[in-house]
Amino acid sequence: MGTRNYRRKTSHSEHGPGDGGRTGSWRVERPVLDQSLCIPCKRNKEACFICWLYCPEIVISRTIPPQFNLEYCKGCGICAEECPTKAITMVDEAHFSEQKKDKE
Amino acid sequence: MYMIENGNTAAALGVKLCRAGVIAAYPITPQTPLTEKLSEYVELGDMKAEYIPVESEHSALAVCIAASSAGARVFTATSANGLLYMHEQIQWASGARLPIVMCVVNRAVGAPWNVWNDQQDSISQRDTGWIQIYCCDHQQIIDTVIKAYWLAEKISIPIMVCYDGYILSHTYMPFDLPDQEKVDAFLPPFQPDYALNPDEPANLNTVTLPDVRIDTKGQLAHGYMEIRYLLQEELRTTLQIAADAEKRFAEIFGRGGNPYIEPYRCDDADYVAVGLGSITYQLRVCVDTLRKEGIKVGVMGVRYYRPFPDAVIAGALKGKKGIIVFEKALSYGYEGALASDLKSALYEHLAGTGSLPAVQNLIAGIGGREIHTDDLTQNLRAATQGRISREPAWIGLKI
Repeated sequence: MGTRNYRRKTSHSEHGPGDGGRTGSWRVERPVLDQSLCIPCKRNKEACFICWLYCPEIVISRTIPPQFNLEYCKGCGICAEECPTKAITMVDEAHFSEQKKDKE
Repeated sequence: MYMIENGNTAAALGVKLCRAGVIAAYPITPQTPLTEKLSEYVELGDMKAEYIPVESEHSALAVCIAASSAGARVFTATSANGLLYMHEQIQWASGARLPIVMCVVNRAVGAPWNVWNDQQDSISQRDTGWIQIYCCDHQQIIDTVIKAYWLAEKISIPIMVCYDGYILSHTYMPFDLPDQEKVDAFLPPFQPDYALNPDEPANLNTVTLPDVRIDTKGQLAHGYMEIRYLLQEELRTTLQIAADAEKRFAEIFGRGGNPYIEPYRCDDADYVAVGLGSITYQLRVCVDTLRKEGIKVGVMGVRYYRPFPDAVIAGALKGKKGIIVFEKALSYGYEGALASDLKSALYEHLAGTGSLPAVQNLIAGIGGREIHTDDLTQNLRAATQGRISREPAWIGLKI
């Protein structure tokens, strides 16, 4: 039958971040963490991590403080919705691009 | 071994000889006896396969897609509205490049409800990226199933093996049952390029963006457009590979020939009737009758409808005075799809050569309306004598 390499002729890839492209560019709102409200930050121990658990894109780290990988975060806002202490706020991306412009 | 059986059994025996490993299907007339036969083989232990009963045709093809991705040789079959219910998965199977073989036992589609034969079901799936092969008798059904697995696995493109409901599926005809050893020699076990494997995980058919992108390994990966382009390119080169399959098949089984078209008394003909499936064998009788009247007419069956063997067809019809396309389906609002494709092929290859034949389109047998050989002969005779005024013209219409 000969060797075939049809996997290169389909959408076929190995697991890893970025398989669906740099989805961070889709975001219109960015999650921002207020550490004074975040349970693991306040107690300085591994606790809660509801944001990490609920993130459908697996872009929140299980660390103190939890970190958002903005390369891939689509800005869906599920973390902000689920956070029991309302420590996460969704902020319009325009705000950050204006900040960047001001610096320039 | 020669045997006398119906067309559905011929198809089932072909699938059994090919050692399909997973079968998933939902019953629909006139396909039902085919998968019933397969479930019987599996239940009796004559066939080592997983027979997966499903709740719909959409699920049947979804099972086949999953099992094929896991490296199994798979089979399904359906008809009419069942085929249409699969439509979304049909497109998926070709985009995912899975070598699925499916028998389509041609039947009219509703509404109004009708279980009898025409070819509207498979013709309506023309643009899905599948290969479509039409059969004219039981020997072709069983042989085509075997060739289809070889070809599908060679090029990773799914294939519909189409044959007329009742006219072929439920009638009994003698045919040669190929030896298992010969089939095994022709068709080696399926060796997929990649099979789902927990030790080697992968993302299959994940989202592609409008442009190409860098994959997780840092290599440039195809975008949607590139993947679809490759499907088209390889479908266009499939015809050559189909010829190789036909040649290998003929060497082992001692029968076969032109895989794309089946010309009958065409060489010296002025007029050629063209069609898909069993109607072309019926037209041979008309041709013989008209030849006795001194009318130089032939008939050409088109076996591969997709990819369309345009160059072969145009070559065979070059210099003919007229082509009469008989169809059991219609692109509603215009004419038969085969007639359109045929005109396009003739224009592409013969425009400006001075040997562009005139094309007429006749519609017959819609919803199983009986096609009388006398009617076919009369219409074919009339078409050789001048253009039938209203086109497409409907044969046997009582309105």
